[in-house]
Amino acid sequence: METASNFLNIKDVSTAFKINGQFYDAISHINLQVHHDEILAIVGESGCGKSTLATTIMGLHDPAETKISGEIDFEGTNLLNLDDDGYNDFRGAKIGMIFQDPLSALNPLKRIEDQISEVMDYHTSLSKEEKHERVLQLLDEVGIVNPKRTAHQFPHELSGGMRQRVIIAIAIACKPDLIIADEPTTALDVTIQAQILDVLRDIQKENHAGIILITHDLGVVAETADRVAVMYAGQIVEEGTAEQVFNTPEHPYTRSLLRSMPQRDNENDDLYVIKGNVPSLQKMPSTGDRFAPRIPWVPASAHEENPSMHEVAPGHEVRCTCYKEFSFPDEKGSVTV
Amino acid sequence: MSLIEIKDLKVHYPIRTGFWNRITDSVRAVDGITFNIEAGETYGLVGESGSGKSTTGKSVVGLEKVTSGSIMYKGVDITKKANRTKLDYNQDVQMIFQDSLSSLNPRKRIEDIIAEPLRNFEHLSKDDEKLRVLQLLDIVGLDADALYKYPHQFSGGQRQRIGVARAVATNPKLIIADEPVSALDLSVQAQVLNFMKKIQREFGISYLFISHDLGVVRHMCNNIAIMNRGRLVEIGTREDIYNHPLHIYTKRLLAAIPETNVNQRAAHRASRLAVEKIYQEQQSKYYDENGEAFPLIQVSPTHAVALPENIAKQLASQEGEVQA
Repeated sequence: METASNFLNIKDVSTAFKINGQFYDAISHINLQVHHDEILAIVGESGCGKSTLATTIMGLHDPAETKISGEIDFEGTNLLNLDDDGYNDFRGAKIGMIFQDPLSALNPLKRIEDQISEVMDYHTSLSKEEKHERVLQLLDEVGIVNPKRTAHQFPHELSGGMRQRVIIAIAIACKPDLIIADEPTTALDVTIQAQILDVLRDIQKENHAGIILITHDLGVVAETADRVAVMYAGQIVEEGTAEQVFNTPEHPYTRSLLRSMPQRDNENDDLYVIKGNVPSLQKMPSTGDRFAPRIPWVPASAHEENPSMHEVAPGHEVRCTCYKEFSFPDEKGSVTV
Repeated sequence: MSLIEIKDLKVHYPIRTGFWNRITDSVRAVDGITFNIEAGETYGLVGESGSGKSTTGKSVVGLEKVTSGSIMYKGVDITKKANRTKLDYNQDVQMIFQDSLSSLNPRKRIEDIIAEPLRNFEHLSKDDEKLRVLQLLDIVGLDADALYKYPHQFSGGQRQRIGVARAVATNPKLIIADEPVSALDLSVQAQVLNFMKKIQREFGISYLFISHDLGVVRHMCNNIAIMNRGRLVEIGTREDIYNHPLHIYTKRLLAAIPETNVNQRAAHRASRLAVEKIYQEQQSKYYDENGEAFPLIQVSPTHAVALPENIAKQLASQEGEVQA
C-alpha cells in the first residue's frame, strides 16, 4: 500500500535486547505503514512487542543494550540513522507520545502550564504570551472545562482522566504528524476511557495526524481504530482494516483472542482458553510458525517453514498458511466468531 | 436464609484538621448499603474507582473497621471480632486480590504460601499438609514442581491461580474477589475465570465479585449491585441490569463498554453521547439535593433502583417490567 499519504514507513525493523551478553529479538521484521488521518491500532498481549515497537520509533532505546536493524522512514528521513540531537528535532515536535500512566509521566513539582509550554520552549519560537494562549487553547481542545484554573494546578490536584487529557495536550502541543498512544486508557474507568478516546479521535481529525494506538483491549480497538495490526511474539500476524479484522478474522491467534472474550452469548459457558504460553525471548524459535505450539491439533503440514504475510483481501494480510485449515477443535468446517 | 446479609453498612473515614487534630468531617466511603449474598451464587459489585466497592469487600472479610450497620453470617453479626473468631468466620471467608505479585510473599515458596491458611486453621501432619497442597495445585492446574518455586518464577496468570488455590485451601463458603482479572491479559483472564467457575461448581462456593469491567461481570455474575459514591444505585439480576437498566448511572456505565461490533460503531457512539448528555443535564432527577443517591425502591421482586418512588415506577413501566 504505497500511497501519497504514507508518511511513516516501517521497513523490516527488528529490535534485539541484550540478555546475558546475547541479543534476542523482541520484535522481528516488522513492516507497517501509517497514513495521515488514520488511527492504526496495534493489539497484542503483554510481551508481544507492541510497546517495544513504539519505543523503537521514538528512539528511546539505549544503543549499547539494543540492536536495531531495518529502516523507519518518517517523511523522507530514516529515523534510525539520526543521532540524539537529530532525534530531538522529531520527538515532541513531529512525533508526540502519550503514556499509560499519566501520573508518572507528569512532573509533580511543575504547574500544568509550565509542563505544556516546556515542549514549545524547545520546538517553537513563540513569545511568552503566545505560549500562554496556546496552553489555554490546548487545554480547551482536550476537553478541560476550566483551562485557566487547570493551567495553574499541579498534577496531584487533577483526577486520572484530567491528567491523561493534560498528557494529550502536551503530545499535541506542536501539532505533530504522528501521535503514539501507548495504552492511553488502561489506567482509567470505562466512562473516562470513552471520553479520552473521543478526544483522541477529534484531535486526529482536526490535525490530520496519524495515530498509532497501542492497546491490549479489543473493545477499544473496535471502537476507535481504522486499521488494525495484531502482534504475537514479536511479529505482526494479521493486518487489515478494523472491519476486516473484526468481521472476518483469519489468523488463528486473532480468532482465539476474539473467542476468549466474555460476550453476550457465552454467559453460561466456559471461555475459550488458548493452550500454552507465549515463548520467552530466549526460547523464541527461529523458524516455523510461532503460534503453532498453541494450536497443536493443526497438522504441521499446514504451517509454512518461514511464515510470510499472505494477502486474503485488498489490504488484509495474514501470516502463515495455517489459517486456511484452522478451525477450533469443537467446531467442524467453517467458523464464525 | 442468605449466606451473608449486609444491612445498612457504613464505613466512614474521619478527616482530622486544626490544632487539636479534632474530627471535623468524614469521608463516607460506604454510606448505608444493603444486600444479600446467597449460597453458591456469584454476586457482582460494580462501580467506578472511588465508589467504595473495595471498601465494602474489605469490610465483609473483616479487614475494615465498620462505622455502623451489620453483616450477618449464620445469624450472627460478624462486624465484631469476637464473633468472627467464634464462628471460624476467617476460615469460611477468603479473599483473592487484584495484584497477584504483591499479594504473595516473595520470600516464601509456593508450598508455604498455600499451606499458610491450612497451618492457621487445620493443624494437619506434614505429609497430609503436602498432600493437600498438591491437591490444591492440581485443582488450579499447576504441576507438582511448583511447590518449591517462588512467586516471581511464575507468569501473571499462574500467580493469580496460586492466589485462588490459597483462597480455597480452607474450603471457604465465600470468596471475596477484588478485581481478580483486571491485571491479566485476555487469554489468561479467560483461564482464571474458568477456574473460578469450575471451583464454584465443585465446592459450591459463593463469590463477591468486585469489578469495574461490566463485560466480565456479565459473564460471571447472577446478581449485580451497581455502586456509586458509596451507595447502591441499582440492584438486580443480570437480566435486569443489562437489559432493563433504570438508573442513569447504570445506563452510563453500560453505554461506555466498548463494543467489538465494528459495524455498529457510529450508532453505539451516538447512544453513548445521548446517555452522557442526560447524565449531565438531569442530575437533579437522579440524585437528591446533596448529590447523593436516593434510597432503593423495589420495582420488581428482583430489581431495585435508587430513585424517588414515582419516577422509579414510571421508568419501570416504560421498560415493561412487572410491578412489585
